Amino acid sequence: MKPSTPLMESLLGERGTRIFLSVLVATAVLVPVLHLTFDAGSPLHLSSYTMTLIGKYMTYALLAVAVDLVWGYCGILSLGHAAFFALGGYAMGMYLMRQIGTRGVYADPILPDFMVFLNWKELPWFWQGFDMFWFAALMVILVPGLLALLFGWLAFRSRVTGVYLSIITQALTYALMLAFFRNDMGFGGNNGLTDFKDILGFGINQPGTRVGLFVASAIALGLGYLACRYITLSRAGRVVQAIRDAESRTRFIGYRVESYKLWVFTFSAVLAGIAGALYVPQVGIINPSEFQPINSIEVVIWVAVGGRGTLYGAVAGAVIVNYAKSYFTAAVPEFWLYALGALFVLVTLFLPRGVVGLADRFTPGSREPVPEAAKA
Amino acid sequence: MNASTALRQGWQKVFGTGARSERPIAPDTTHGTILYLEDITVSFDGFKALNALTLYVDAGELRCIIGPNGAGKTTMMDVITGKTRPDAGSAWFGQTIDLLTLTEPQIAEAGIGRKFQKPTVFEQHTVLENLELAAAGNKSIWATLFSPLTAVQRDRIDHVLETVRLQDRRDTRAGVLSHGQKQWLEIGMLLMQDAQMLLVDEPVAGMTPQEVERTAELLLSLEGQHSVVVVEHDMNFVRSIARKVTVLHEGHVLAEGTMDQVQNDAKVVEVYLGE
Ligand SMILES: Nc1ncnc2c1ncn2[C@@H]1O[C@H](COP(=O)(O)OP(=O)(O)OP(=O)(O)O)[C@@H](O)[C@H]1O
Ligand SMILES: [Mg+2]
Repeated sequence: MKPSTPLMESLLGERGTRIFLSVLVATAVLVPVLHLTFDAGSPLHLSSYTMTLIGKYMTYALLAVAVDLVWGYCGILSLGHAAFFALGGYAMGMYLMRQIGTRGVYADPILPDFMVFLNWKELPWFWQGFDMFWFAALMVILVPGLLALLFGWLAFRSRVTGVYLSIITQALTYALMLAFFRNDMGFGGNNGLTDFKDILGFGINQPGTRVGLFVASAIALGLGYLACRYITLSRAGRVVQAIRDAESRTRFIGYRVESYKLWVFTFSAVLAGIAGALYVPQVGIINPSEFQPINSIEVVIWVAVGGRGTLYGAVAGAVIVNYAKSYFTAAVPEFWLYALGALFVLVTLFLPRGVVGLADRFTPGSREPVPEAAKA
Repeated sequence: MNASTALRQGWQKVFGTGARSERPIAPDTTHGTILYLEDITVSFDGFKALNALTLYVDAGELRCIIGPNGAGKTTMMDVITGKTRPDAGSAWFGQTIDLLTLTEPQIAEAGIGRKFQKPTVFEQHTVLENLELAAAGNKSIWATLFSPLTAVQRDRIDHVLETVRLQDRRDTRAGVLSHGQKQWLEIGMLLMQDAQMLLVDEPVAGMTPQEVERTAELLLSLEGQHSVVVVEHDMNFVRSIARKVTVLHEGHVLAEGTMDQVQNDAKVVEVYLGE
């Protein structure tokens, strides 16, 4: 610890972080340039499909960073973070639905198609305000944040930890999935929200809009990463890691362990929500399957594969596993889940510090003191 | 209470901004005594681990407690730190703090630090970070997130590093320290918490002779500023640091005095040293 070093210097004072940020900046600049300046025929052209895919990976990476913060640093194995991601996505989806207006199949100026189809006459109260972007953006933060705050308050106050906590986070996302599947909940049932037309007045499929969403995802990932890195470098970060390693001892030396956990959990849920909000306009749909319990487990696997407790490992894991997933589900779709399970077992057994731990092993003199496995 | 005050109080509860968490109470030692244990009795299923134990410790004193296995030494520490509640008797920290009404963390905060036999440091954190975590001061999220250590706290860390002789280990992960170094680090953490009274249970068990010697020096250097109560079986060690020795036997004080006095006490020779 060098308390006097300027902020930027200590934020970047780590090889993995510098590599990640360099790659991120290069990607954020090069991809749009290759996409916009070269014609579709040119060998240097980068398709809209590829750019959107990378943008989607970036939102996954932000979700993984959020999970690494709670799991890798604070030892809270949340198996429900995809729920916060999906809630952020729904908040954005509701804004996008209300932008459709009369361009829907039923051409109702206020009601989204599925409501007309259900014979609803009026917009439900919880859809009010979502025609305004600022309101939707606020909800992207508030809805996952308040849910995490309430859930965490109940769980941490009653000292629910370890595998019990993991199980109730699974129950949370499962319950939300069942709720969102219901038509009368007012979120489009199993079809979810889709057929978006524009965002902030720009056509959602316009090349410029696509580039804007891509760059916004890169910025969100960069800032979210730096915020987490700042937290882990601060004294609060060391308290959080102390809680992970020896919770009652930390309580004994005078820290309010429950408050710290609640705060980290809530902050992380907000990051997950933002990631979800950027994901939805790029993939063009949000439906209840995003709440599937397996999704949250997958995120934890990304982090484990990349190497938890490093932040940049979470990014690497999200990209590697999702790239593998795109490949597998195209080639041999029925094997993906087995491959994922095998990957998790192999990493747990042979690479406790993940891919980045492996990389460190082959570059002498660069080892970071990476924490040992946080007990789940 | 209206909604905004409720919100503000909730916020302060979680983030601890606003009111700083100053030490609520400090021991009043104007009469020269820091710890008063009177007629303490602790029974486990009818068996009296402590039997009307009465013991006083002076402010700044270094006191050694010896006694055969099962004499009640650890139980006495459990009573002082609030881990075990006695069936009878009183326990006061200074003139004004009734230990029997406080919880374990409150007692720790009031200034009684305990070192258990097994070292409990944060193994993944460096020596410096361990001391920093233990530093007395504002421990709210807001403070730890946005304000670095104060100059006073940093000086205190340097001072404690020197006292426990771990200056050249400051950036070492605590997990790789030797057993003895971990014990010293833990004592250092108690000092960082501004513990006025240190309870140290069997500090030299498992240490090398050099480490034992250094530990003796460390405990002696604390005398004066801190009251230290050391429980130890190692007689050579006790002899090397002892000022005043208390012999416990079957839950009460058998003898008290200098090492020479207790060693020549007929009752002590009979039950303990004579074995
Ligand atoms: N929780 C408990 N339940 C029942 N008996 C207990 C309990 N704790 C301690 N005792 C008994 O009380 C007596 C005093 O124990 P204590 O641990 O205080 O002794 P000690 O002086 O520290 O011994 P040692 O030198 O072996 O550490 C022992 O006979 C012990 O078996
Ligand atoms: Mg004992």
